[in-house]
Amino acid sequence: MTIALPAARAPRPYRLDLSWPILILFAALLCGLIILPMFWLLYYSLVDRNGAFTLANFKTLIVDPIFVEPMITTLILAVSSSIICCAVAAPMSWLVARTDMPLRRTVRALVTASFVTPPFLGAIAWELLAAPNSGLLNKIYRTVTGAPQDEHLFNIYSLGGLIFVISCYTFPYVFVLLANALDRIPGDLEDASSILGGRTWTTARRVTIPLALPALVAGALVAFLQAMTLFGSPAILAIPAGFHTMTTKIWSLFNYPPKPGLAAAASVPLLVLTVLLLRAEHLILGRRSYSVVGGKQGDPRLVRLGPMRWAALSCVFVVLLCPVFLPYGALINATFSPVATSFVSFDTFTLQNIRFVFFELSATKLAVKNTFVLGIASATIGTLMALVIAYLTTRRAIPGYRTLGFLATAPVAIPGIVLGVGLFLSYARPPFVLYGTLWILLLAFVTIALPAAYQQLQSAFRFVHTDLEDASRILGSTRLRTLRDITAPLLRTSVIATWCFIFVGVIRELSAAIMLFTSETKVISVLIFDLNESGDLGAISVLGLIMLVVTFAVVVAVNRIPGFSEARLRNA
Amino acid sequence: MTRKTFEEFPIASVFLGRHGRACPGHPCLGSGSKDVDARVKPAHDGGNAASRRDVLRASGAIFASGVLPGTGSFTQHAHAQAVTVEPAAITPALVQAAGKEGKLAFYTAMDLPVAEKFGKAFEARYPGISVRVERSGAERVFQRIGQEMESRIHAVDVVNSADAAHFIVWKRNGWLDSYLPEEVARHYPAAFYDPDGLWVTTRVWLSSLGYNTNLVRPEDAPKSFADLLDAKWTGRMVKAHPAYSGTIMTATFQIVRELGWGYLEKLAKQKVLQVQSSTDPPKKLALGERAVMADGNDYNLIQLKEAGQAVEVVYPAEGTPLVAGPSAIFKSAPNPNAARLFQNWLHSLEAQQLLVDFARQHSAHPQVREKPGAHKLNDIKTWKDDPAGVEKASEEIKTRYAQLFKV
Repeated sequence: MTIALPAARAPRPYRLDLSWPILILFAALLCGLIILPMFWLLYYSLVDRNGAFTLANFKTLIVDPIFVEPMITTLILAVSSSIICCAVAAPMSWLVARTDMPLRRTVRALVTASFVTPPFLGAIAWELLAAPNSGLLNKIYRTVTGAPQDEHLFNIYSLGGLIFVISCYTFPYVFVLLANALDRIPGDLEDASSILGGRTWTTARRVTIPLALPALVAGALVAFLQAMTLFGSPAILAIPAGFHTMTTKIWSLFNYPPKPGLAAAASVPLLVLTVLLLRAEHLILGRRSYSVVGGKQGDPRLVRLGPMRWAALSCVFVVLLCPVFLPYGALINATFSPVATSFVSFDTFTLQNIRFVFFELSATKLAVKNTFVLGIASATIGTLMALVIAYLTTRRAIPGYRTLGFLATAPVAIPGIVLGVGLFLSYARPPFVLYGTLWILLLAFVTIALPAAYQQLQSAFRFVHTDLEDASRILGSTRLRTLRDITAPLLRTSVIATWCFIFVGVIRELSAAIMLFTSETKVISVLIFDLNESGDLGAISVLGLIMLVVTFAVVVAVNRIPGFSEARLRNA
Repeated sequence: MTRKTFEEFPIASVFLGRHGRACPGHPCLGSGSKDVDARVKPAHDGGNAASRRDVLRASGAIFASGVLPGTGSFTQHAHAQAVTVEPAAITPALVQAAGKEGKLAFYTAMDLPVAEKFGKAFEARYPGISVRVERSGAERVFQRIGQEMESRIHAVDVVNSADAAHFIVWKRNGWLDSYLPEEVARHYPAAFYDPDGLWVTTRVWLSSLGYNTNLVRPEDAPKSFADLLDAKWTGRMVKAHPAYSGTIMTATFQIVRELGWGYLEKLAKQKVLQVQSSTDPPKKLALGERAVMADGNDYNLIQLKEAGQAVEVVYPAEGTPLVAGPSAIFKSAPNPNAARLFQNWLHSLEAQQLLVDFARQHSAHPQVREKPGAHKLNDIKTWKDDPAGVEKASEEIKTRYAQLFKV
């Protein structure tokens, strides 16, 4: 990939200037990924069956209660999840980053675990735990209190249940953002406050909280966006409860007879809202730069909790029960139990589910293969693209690098399901028929992964100062050799980390895949979703645990890379 | 060729009883009356139905009124026309050609473990040919196949649906391959296959009610659809979705025809747990998640009951929706020989016996032996299926259902 770069950087008169071809190639690639799908999305939302201009789709969207209700539900869902995530993540990240609470590294690792758990898998696990009658927690509640059969403590098939489950798997976003911000607040500032006579609370109020506030607001927005654009959890929990969210509504419009125009129109509000909120986030986070620029920083001061440290740790573990311990326990229980929501015992222990998934379920092999092929291909292509674009933009190697940078970041504003609809409309009919192949899924996954990968590698490139490269050049090596001997080794850690995070992201992706798969291009996440619709919970548990094992293997491998810091998670 | 009439088969008596009672005819969709027999009974295709019925009765082919599977509108044609294709047997050449292809894609709506069982049994019978089961709800399968055909993706070899109406559409589109297994031509009653060999009815089952015996005493259990509207079942029922499941689409059509939309309007106020597949309500009953199922497969319930789970089947007093699941080969099948071999095998005595013994459904193969003590189809008051009616009404059903049940 980088062979062309030397010419781009230092064009000589007798050599072809490759900067324009590179720019055009990458811009075209990014247009194919982003602009074309969004163009068709808008086009289909604005035309009727005969191709004439119409606003009828948008009118239906505003007038018809079957669309208005999901919109209101989605807003309630997103706002509540966002608030809950902040309320949970703020104290937790403070405890982890700024106090002497024990096991802080373990807590961070467990938050990472909830971070990489596919939300739809979490939703299914919570069905096992908190379905009103068969849920394990409700069973325990009835056994302990002697409550009658039809009484229950939790009902996961409700808006409240959905908000809870979404919060479980969204709060890590807020946590990581906040913990990183708190990590970076220099202790000096707080020391200064103390020296000037500020008490602990004054210091917190005047120094720490203002410095962390932008990250909290950004976290709230990210949580809002996550909750708004998630597909799997609402499809699993909301539809049984008898209500739709926008994402499940969009998806249901592809049931026979498909209504692509209406689906496209319904995608537009999600897209617009996401763009606006990201704009807002940018404005808020942009202000942060005043606080912690440059200079050597003192290590953050750790607040001594004294005897409270164990109480704090217990609280954190109670919180972590929800996204990690309880759901994983429920999945393991269902794997070995003949009835998914019965507690497994020595008498009932069975390997039937495992046997079924590995030896009877004919879709397993293909789905696992597709998932790995797509994971590896998306991670490789995504990392290479991000690498080249990050190089071009940080080194300002070609004119128009800003455009490239913008295009590489733009997909962050496209919710997965909207991208799925857009890609479907673009590539399911001539001239570009990619539907039915793994290519269309590859396009989707690369597009989804690109912004995070690009940001990650861009900051890595900034870390490698050009002085090092220049020194190598002055000492007589060619630019290619410089890249190989100086830049590449320095970037290796970041590149491997980026690759792994794309891989993990692809494995858990459902909302774009659900729009784009065909029978031969099914991935594990879609297979799990299919199995959920037919109620085969035992098989889901086995496949879900396989997914988790693969994911954790990758995450652990990343953390073994020397020099890799957990702060990288921020960008994943 | 000459076709044997139904009564020649020993198993026929199982079905014959069905035709002793008055045929409910084809009342209009949307009629709210429960008094079926008092209504005018227009046929779905106009005024010549009566005379046709007379003809059929005279011919002795009593299935014709469509009480049995996959028959409905097809049946009349089946009897009006002679078989147009030469029945095909499983020849060594076919087995060899199929073995060369080595694989086939079986799109189906039947319960996943059941479908995989058929796949594995076929693989054991013809080693070297692997069956990939693509299972989803029949309506979802229909949508996927339509989408794949539109995008010129030829992935499906054999399809088995739970909504016989789909075969009307596929036949009209000219997508189905003509292939009549010899065993079908020789043994199956004419009503169970297309005279042009485009489809064969593979299985028959019912969309029943049911309850969890730990949660409901038998005397308290609902006996009829009307019982489900009782306030005591509010929040205690589970129900599948007609936009996903072909069984439920077929059942909803019959419920609307017999009981009217008014019934579903009231049921929608009962706070049902809305699942997708008709295979799921039985599983939710077995989990104890809900006490009563308002619709769903009877065969999954029977399987679960026989596996020792605390569930019981109820065939409602008003009548039970009857569902037929035909199979067909696609013209564009990527593995045409394996497809033909599978279609042939699927309707052989071996596979059909598996259907009865393991899958707990009903077979059109007269030599199949029912399990002792099992419910006989003619002991149950079933409603008549009507694929042509379902085909016309399916969009309306999906729309009105979504309005009533909100999803």
